[in-house]
Amino acid sequence: MAIIKTDNLVYEFTRRDENNEVVETVRAVDDVSLEIAPGEFIAVLGRNGSGKSTIARQLNALLLPTSGTVWVDGMNTQDGEHLWDIRQTAGMVFQNPDNQIISSVVEEDVGFGPENMGVPTEEIWKRVDRSLEAVGMTAYRRSSPEHLSGGQKQRVAIAGVMAMKPKCIILDEPTAMLDPSGRKEVIQTVRELNQSEGITVILITHYMEETVNADRIYVVDQGVVRMKGTPREVFSQADRLKELKLTVPQVTELACEMKKAGVDLPGGILTVEELAGALCR
Amino acid sequence: MPIELKNVNYYYNRGTSMEVHVLKDVNLKLDRGEFIGVIGHTGSGKSTLIQHFNGLLRPTDGQVLYDGEDIFGEGYDRRALRGHVGLVFQYPEHQLFETDVFTDVCFGPRNQGLGEEQIKERAEASLRLVGLGEEFYKRSPFELSGGQKRRAAIAGVLAMEPDYLVLDEPTAGLDPGGRDEIFHVLQTLREERGIAVILVSHSMEDVASYVHRIIVVNEGKIAFDDVPREVFRHYRELEKMGLSAPQVTYIAQALRERGLDVDPLVTTVPEARDSILKALEERKHGC
Repeated sequence: MAIIKTDNLVYEFTRRDENNEVVETVRAVDDVSLEIAPGEFIAVLGRNGSGKSTIARQLNALLLPTSGTVWVDGMNTQDGEHLWDIRQTAGMVFQNPDNQIISSVVEEDVGFGPENMGVPTEEIWKRVDRSLEAVGMTAYRRSSPEHLSGGQKQRVAIAGVMAMKPKCIILDEPTAMLDPSGRKEVIQTVRELNQSEGITVILITHYMEETVNADRIYVVDQGVVRMKGTPREVFSQADRLKELKLTVPQVTELACEMKKAGVDLPGGILTVEELAGALCR
Repeated sequence: MPIELKNVNYYYNRGTSMEVHVLKDVNLKLDRGEFIGVIGHTGSGKSTLIQHFNGLLRPTDGQVLYDGEDIFGEGYDRRALRGHVGLVFQYPEHQLFETDVFTDVCFGPRNQGLGEEQIKERAEASLRLVGLGEEFYKRSPFELSGGQKRRAAIAGVLAMEPDYLVLDEPTAGLDPGGRDEIFHVLQTLREERGIAVILVSHSMEDVASYVHRIIVVNEGKIAFDDVPREVFRHYRELEKMGLSAPQVTYIAQALRERGLDVDPLVTTVPEARDSILKALEERKHGC
């Protein structure tokens, strides 16, 4: 069974005047049908305002469909009864680490989620231990989040979600505010969680090179899924991506340029190693 | 009209147990017409550094000179200085507050005490420079896309006609198209108006393709200050500082390790392409 499934999902923002009359309706998500299997690593790309964050917020019932249905692990998000189960199943990590950390000690911050869920104290501590271990932040458990780097803060935020034992983590541009090593840290952590814990990952990002290891990529524009496929399939269509205000990883762009100059190279090169291997056969 | 920092030190909470020495003996000279990238990991002191350029922060010791004059000297007009050195903060679109784009851009020059006609001229010119046409003038800032909003915010600072434009991560959170738009606007500004552009960025690829000089800040000190090629030569050290080089620099290294004689200092895609093509050609003849 799919961990996340949307059927003809539509979402409209409506603007109303002081008399509650509808002034304007904007369709942010337009007939999107997705199916994500447990354990998949999915990347979502799209320009600013393309609707990708709105879709993400539908996946743990922060927003509800105008029409269509969203299923999270078999639960319909419109079924109010399941709200907390849904949020526990699909956890979310946002762009700005400073907005997500509430406690003045790392371990307490990580324990906040399970404590709110009414998990017994002993179990909370077990989860905190495991989650910090999983994101490689055990050494900082008694530190103040204020003294952490951006990448470390994001890893604490991810540990906080992990402590709720979700089956799926949705990350909405988790690296947008980070420096290069912070970005690397976060992406590596997310990949490890996916591979060793089998957690389904949905990663929204503007950095193309972060998505080359995804199982599948969805490209969204104007609320519609415009492209989908493996990273190789998606990034071999550089012109199409450019039309959608996106790009390809620098190594893919270089390979493309080399091909244009007459060098015999396979299509859809995604990593430095692939290109080096192909050129130095 | 250069900006000069002489032995600048800056502390937070000086003299308390929370004292942090943020900038350590910084010496810099920035000139008109330059296109400079400032890079450094989060917490390296780069935002603190750029806030010294227009006197928003006062050095704990050391001097900041504009056109040879100490900006914290007695009677110095810092208000006028802020018109010469425009600062665009992170996420400047959060500072858009007027009901429409045009009025928002007029705010700066109006505060400078200019006449209505001149205010209007400046606003029009600035919006033209950032590529926002008349159809945007009467729109609410909230109806714009992320990249458009940010350009509107930059126009607001440009309307004060600064000689230096200093921007803190102007492309954070933007899609690749939006990032290109912003860099393109900055490049045009520099070329057409001779404005110096100084920007903080976490995108090594973008910095390498556009700027002419990179200042690397690490633990409050200037670690490197040179052309991109020379700075990214130290990519191993940059990694230790939480930074990296553009992906193409790594490609060049990987190819060299495999015996292809590529220029190790390429930092942009066209440079890499040309150097690899040349190396391939040489290899063919060598065989």
